[in-house]
Amino acid sequence: MSTADMTRAEKRQARRIKRFDNPWMNPKLIWGAGLLLAIIAMGIIGRFVWDLDMVFTGSSPLKLPPVGFENLRGQEGIGAHPIGTDGGGRDMLAMIIVGAPNTLFVGLLASVIGMSIGIFLGFSAGFLGGRTDDVIRVGADVMITIPPLLILVVFQSAFGDVSLTMMALLIAGFVWQSPTRLIRAQVLSMKQSGYVQMAQLSGASTSHIMFREMMPNLVPYLFGSFIASVTTSIVTAVGLEVLGLGPQRIPTLGRTIYEAINAGALIQNLWWWWGIPTLLLGIIFIGLLLINLGLDEVSNPRLRRLS
Amino acid sequence: MGRIPRSYLINRLTTLILTILIAATIIWIIPRLSPVDPAEIALGRMASGAGSVANSEEILAQLRANMGIDQPLLVQYFKYITGALVFDFGLSTAAFPTPVSTLILNALPWTMGLMILSLLITFFIGNLLGALMVWDRSPKLVRVAIPAAMVFTSIPPILSGLLLMWVFSAHLQWFPLTGAYSIFVEPGWTWDFVKSVLHHGFLPALSIVVVTFGFWALGMRGLMIGVQGEDYVKLAEAKGLRPRYILYRYMIRNAILPQITAFALKIGLLIAGQVLVERIFAYNGMGKLLYDAILNQDFPVIQGVSYVIILITALSVFLVDLLYPFIDPRIRHEANA
Repeated sequence: MSTADMTRAEKRQARRIKRFDNPWMNPKLIWGAGLLLAIIAMGIIGRFVWDLDMVFTGSSPLKLPPVGFENLRGQEGIGAHPIGTDGGGRDMLAMIIVGAPNTLFVGLLASVIGMSIGIFLGFSAGFLGGRTDDVIRVGADVMITIPPLLILVVFQSAFGDVSLTMMALLIAGFVWQSPTRLIRAQVLSMKQSGYVQMAQLSGASTSHIMFREMMPNLVPYLFGSFIASVTTSIVTAVGLEVLGLGPQRIPTLGRTIYEAINAGALIQNLWWWWGIPTLLLGIIFIGLLLINLGLDEVSNPRLRRLS
Repeated sequence: MGRIPRSYLINRLTTLILTILIAATIIWIIPRLSPVDPAEIALGRMASGAGSVANSEEILAQLRANMGIDQPLLVQYFKYITGALVFDFGLSTAAFPTPVSTLILNALPWTMGLMILSLLITFFIGNLLGALMVWDRSPKLVRVAIPAAMVFTSIPPILSGLLLMWVFSAHLQWFPLTGAYSIFVEPGWTWDFVKSVLHHGFLPALSIVVVTFGFWALGMRGLMIGVQGEDYVKLAEAKGLRPRYILYRYMIRNAILPQITAFALKIGLLIAGQVLVERIFAYNGMGKLLYDAILNQDFPVIQGVSYVIILITALSVFLVDLLYPFIDPRIRHEANA
C-alpha cells in the first residue's frame, strides 16, 4: 500500500509504529527529558539575560506580586519583577534561575556517586560471591531500611551550615543500596546465561565479560535505577531544606519554601512566594517520573502495548 | 505453623539488630565529630535568658558532667546504647527537665494514627485503581483518567500539602491551618474532640493519599499484566464466572501479594514524607517535635526522634519479611536467600 492510499489515521498509526520500533523514542521518555532540559535551559539562559544580583536580600521591593496580579496592599506586579518578589526583597525569577539548577545539581551529583558505588559493589558481590557477597548484601539490606532524612537531620543540626556539594555527598551515602541490590541480582542471573558462559569458555577476561557482555544488557536497569535515585536524592534534599537545614546562604527551591512558610506566606496570600518553587519542583518530579515510566517500557516490552 | 526456616529467621533477625545498632551508632557518632559543644549551647541559652552568667567555667564543667560528656567516649557509648534499648535518651534541653521519652510518647500516637490511616486508604485505592487500569472490562474513562492522575505520584507529599493547605485552609477556610485538634476542646474520648481530630487530620492525610496511591497503582499494574495471561484466569473465564468475580477473586488476589513486600521497601520514604507533612501542618506528631527540636538545637530530642523512627521502619520491614510466607504460601524461603 503506498502512502497516498492511506487515510490520515492510518498514516498516524504507521508513524507511531515506526517510532515505537525504537523503544528509546517513546513519548514518555521524550516528554520527561524535555521537562528536565527546560529547567536546565532556564538556568543557563537565565544567567545571561537576567540580573542575578537580585537574589540578595533587600535588592528589590518586598512582596510584589507577579505581573497582572495585585497583593493585599494593593500593589500591582511590575515588569522589572515579572513573577514577583519575596518577603526578603528578593526577585523570584532570579531566585528560581539560581535555585532550580541547584536542586537538580544535588540530585544528579548524589546519584552519580551513589550509582558508581552501587555498580562497583553490585558487580563485586555478584561476581566474586562468598564472603564479599555476604558483607555487601547484609550492608545493603541494613542501609536500605534507614531513612536518609533522619540521619541527615542529625548530621546537619550538629554541623550547621553545609555546602551544596557536601549535602550531595551526604545524600550519596544513602542512594547506593538499591542499585547495589539490583545489579547484584542481575549479575547473578546473567552469570548463568548462555552468552556469558560462552564468553567465559572462549577465554574472555573478567573485565571484558563485565563491561562488554553484561553492561550493555544492564543499561536500561541502570538508567531506571539512576532516575529513581535522583528522585530520592531530591526528595531528601528538599526535605532537609524545608526543615530549615541544608545550605543556608545559597538559594534552593526547598529553602525558598521554608522561608515562605515561616513568614506566613500562606495566610498573607503570597502564593507566588511558595507556589513558584513548588510548581518547579513538581515539574522536576513529573519529568523524572515520565523518564522512569519511559525506561520501564524500554526494559519491559510487555508494557509497550498498553500505552 | 513453623514454616519459616530457622536460618531465614536468624538472617532477618541479624539484619534487624544490625540496622538498629548501626543507626543508633551513626546517630551517636555524628554529634561527637562536630565542633559544636552542647554544654556551650546550653550556657548560651542561659545567658540569653539571664543577660549574663557568672563563673561560666564552673557552670560549663557542671553542665558537661550532667550531660555525661566528661566521661571516656567508650563509657558514653555504652551508656547511650543501653539507654536507647529502653528508650532512655536523657532529658530534653529545650523543655528541661522533661524526659525525651515523654515527649516522644506524646507525639507518637498522632504520627502512627495518621500514618496507618493514610496507608490503609492509599493501599486500598491504589491497588484497586492499578487493577482497573489493566482489566479489559474497565470503562474507557478509567483507563484514561488514572494514568493522568498518576503524574502526581512522584511529587513528595509536602508539595501537595502546601497546595491543599492554600486552597482549603487559607482560601476556602474549610479546614484549620495548623494543629491536630482545636485548642477549644478538652482532649478526651468525647464526640467534640474526635470531631476536631478528624477535622484537623483530614488535610494532612489527604495530602499523603493523593501522592502515594499512584505508587501502589503502578506496582499493581505491572503485577496484573503478569496475572492476566495465566491459565487459571482463562479457565475461570471458560467456566463462565462473572467477570467481576474473576477480577476480585482470581486476579487481584494473586497479583496483590508482592505489593506487601513493596510496602516494606517504601515505608522509610513514607515516614520521612509524613514527618515533613506534619511540620508544615504543625500537626502534633513526631515531625513537629523534630522541627521544634532542630530550631532549639535540642539534641537529645533530635536523636530520640530519629532513633524511634528508624526503629519503627526496621521493625515494619522485619515483620513484613516474617509474615510474608504465611500470606503467600507460594514463597518458600531458601536457606541462603
